[in-house]
Amino acid sequence: MTRAVLIRLLGAVAALWLVATLGFAVLQLLPGDPAQAALGGPGSQASAAALAAAREQFGLDQPLPVQYVHYLGGLLRGDLGVSYAQKLPVTTVIAPLLGPTLTLAVLSLAAAWVLAVASALISTSPSRVGRAVASALEIVSSVLPGFWLAAVLVIVFATQLGWFPPVSGAGARSLVLPVASLAIPLAGYLAQTMREGMLTALDSPYALAARTRGETRWGLRVRHALRHGLVPGINLSGWSFGYLISGAVVVETVFARPGLGRALLGAVTARDVPLVLGVTLVSALGYVVVTLAADLLVRVVDRRAAA
Amino acid sequence: MRHLRPASVILWIACLLIAVAAVAPGLIAPADPLAVHPTDAFLPPSLSHPFGTDESGRDLFSRVVHGTGASVVIGVLATLIGVGLGAVLGLITGLGRPWLDAAGSRLIDAMLAFPTLLLALLLIAVRGPGVATVTVAVGLASAPGYARLLRSEVRRVSRSGHVTAARMLGHSPLRIICVHVLPGALGPLLAVATLGIGQAIIWASALGYLGLGTPPPAPEWGAMLNAGRTYIGTGWWMTLFPGLAIVAVGAVATLSGRRISARWAGRSGRSGRGRRVTGAVS
Repeated sequence: MTRAVLIRLLGAVAALWLVATLGFAVLQLLPGDPAQAALGGPGSQASAAALAAAREQFGLDQPLPVQYVHYLGGLLRGDLGVSYAQKLPVTTVIAPLLGPTLTLAVLSLAAAWVLAVASALISTSPSRVGRAVASALEIVSSVLPGFWLAAVLVIVFATQLGWFPPVSGAGARSLVLPVASLAIPLAGYLAQTMREGMLTALDSPYALAARTRGETRWGLRVRHALRHGLVPGINLSGWSFGYLISGAVVVETVFARPGLGRALLGAVTARDVPLVLGVTLVSALGYVVVTLAADLLVRVVDRRAAA
Repeated sequence: MRHLRPASVILWIACLLIAVAAVAPGLIAPADPLAVHPTDAFLPPSLSHPFGTDESGRDLFSRVVHGTGASVVIGVLATLIGVGLGAVLGLITGLGRPWLDAAGSRLIDAMLAFPTLLLALLLIAVRGPGVATVTVAVGLASAPGYARLLRSEVRRVSRSGHVTAARMLGHSPLRIICVHVLPGALGPLLAVATLGIGQAIIWASALGYLGLGTPPPAPEWGAMLNAGRTYIGTGWWMTLFPGLAIVAVGAVATLSGRRISARWAGRSGRSGRGRRVTGAVS
């Protein structure tokens, strides 16, 4: 058990190192002179002396392997470089934005799980109508683009009905629409994987045995099959995290919510590569951590995996 | 004829409609999608303009229909890029030596760690916005999913008896891969790639919505939604209909993918149902 966990940890560290290396490769792909970009892009008329100073400041006059080691060393110390546009360390720019985005992501994840479990239970229910409706809803919700859903929710619930504010303000009320637009498509995916696991469990001999022991139809689903549905759902956690971060970019834009996603979009428009790369690396770190946590959680839910 | 259920017929008709809209949009919507009529701006849906008109008085129905081609081409090209790259990685890891498999699998893991949209945004930050960048970015982001699927399929097929037999007969590795391994692994890949086209269209339209894809006058669903964002309070139809088109094409791709995988699972005599999970792999 501990050995397997250790191997898994080492794998995560290797993946992180590769992620960082891919990030370094992206920096090398940048067209033009990075020193020029740091001093305001191709349009700026930086003097040769200023360029040389910038090269020395960012270590660009060093050979590539040395730059790579510096870059990795910086990452280990939590140094993500300096934003071109804001002239501030990337970590300083990102830190205050993590909170709002993580709040949005965690609430959406929780809402998606509630919806997905309900949908999976209904879509495996003995009632034909319930099954048909739930599986149609799953397909539609999984192809709903989050940004469009957000816009439609704004039209219906903010402009027409006036129940919720169209842009994010303080209160919890302004979180309802952003969370719904992130959670509903995610719930569609999760419900599909869960139902798949549950159907396999419901087909197995032990399900029949439980029924003959006198277990009710719903009892069988809630007490026995659901556990089999949870495992594939949990296995998608890393992917869900990535989905939520991607979704946060559009949803934060629609609702004018401050956060990592909106800052990222601004940085892309300004072609502020260090900031974009910094946000991407932080998200990749999040993905690796969440995947690792999910693997450990699966061992709790599914005793066979722990053995 | 035993498979000709109403659901199949509807799916076929929908596929046909999308194909016609993509190849010859003029047949469905004769109105010019680019013709500007300032006096007809912001008309709500009516008989003469079923989807209403936009801020320049262009017919939205015509623009949605004419936008099909762009979205389908981006979706298909992105998926081809993803499948191509994924196939290379999947074959290397699935059939290569153990050290190649270990290294390749870690690379796939690392690529999977980048959220789809963030990888695309990173590429756009480096290369600048545009349709080509969006297509490549979406394709690149889907590659690790295909790679992982193909790796497991290739490993499954290459363990089976007929591949061992071919190896015993002394066939060359290349021939074994092309004739014996790939055809068996292709079915699930085809099913997932069909689902993937729908997902690629959704991601590409998200980038268009953020204003990073097709530049304004051309009718592209994401870009149209981006234009509709400004008038969200007054012109709900400018947001509703292009999005419905995305959902419709996405649903058709999902249902087609399921059908392909169910049929393939039946043919290969696999127990259980076809893969029902959409997009999650890509």
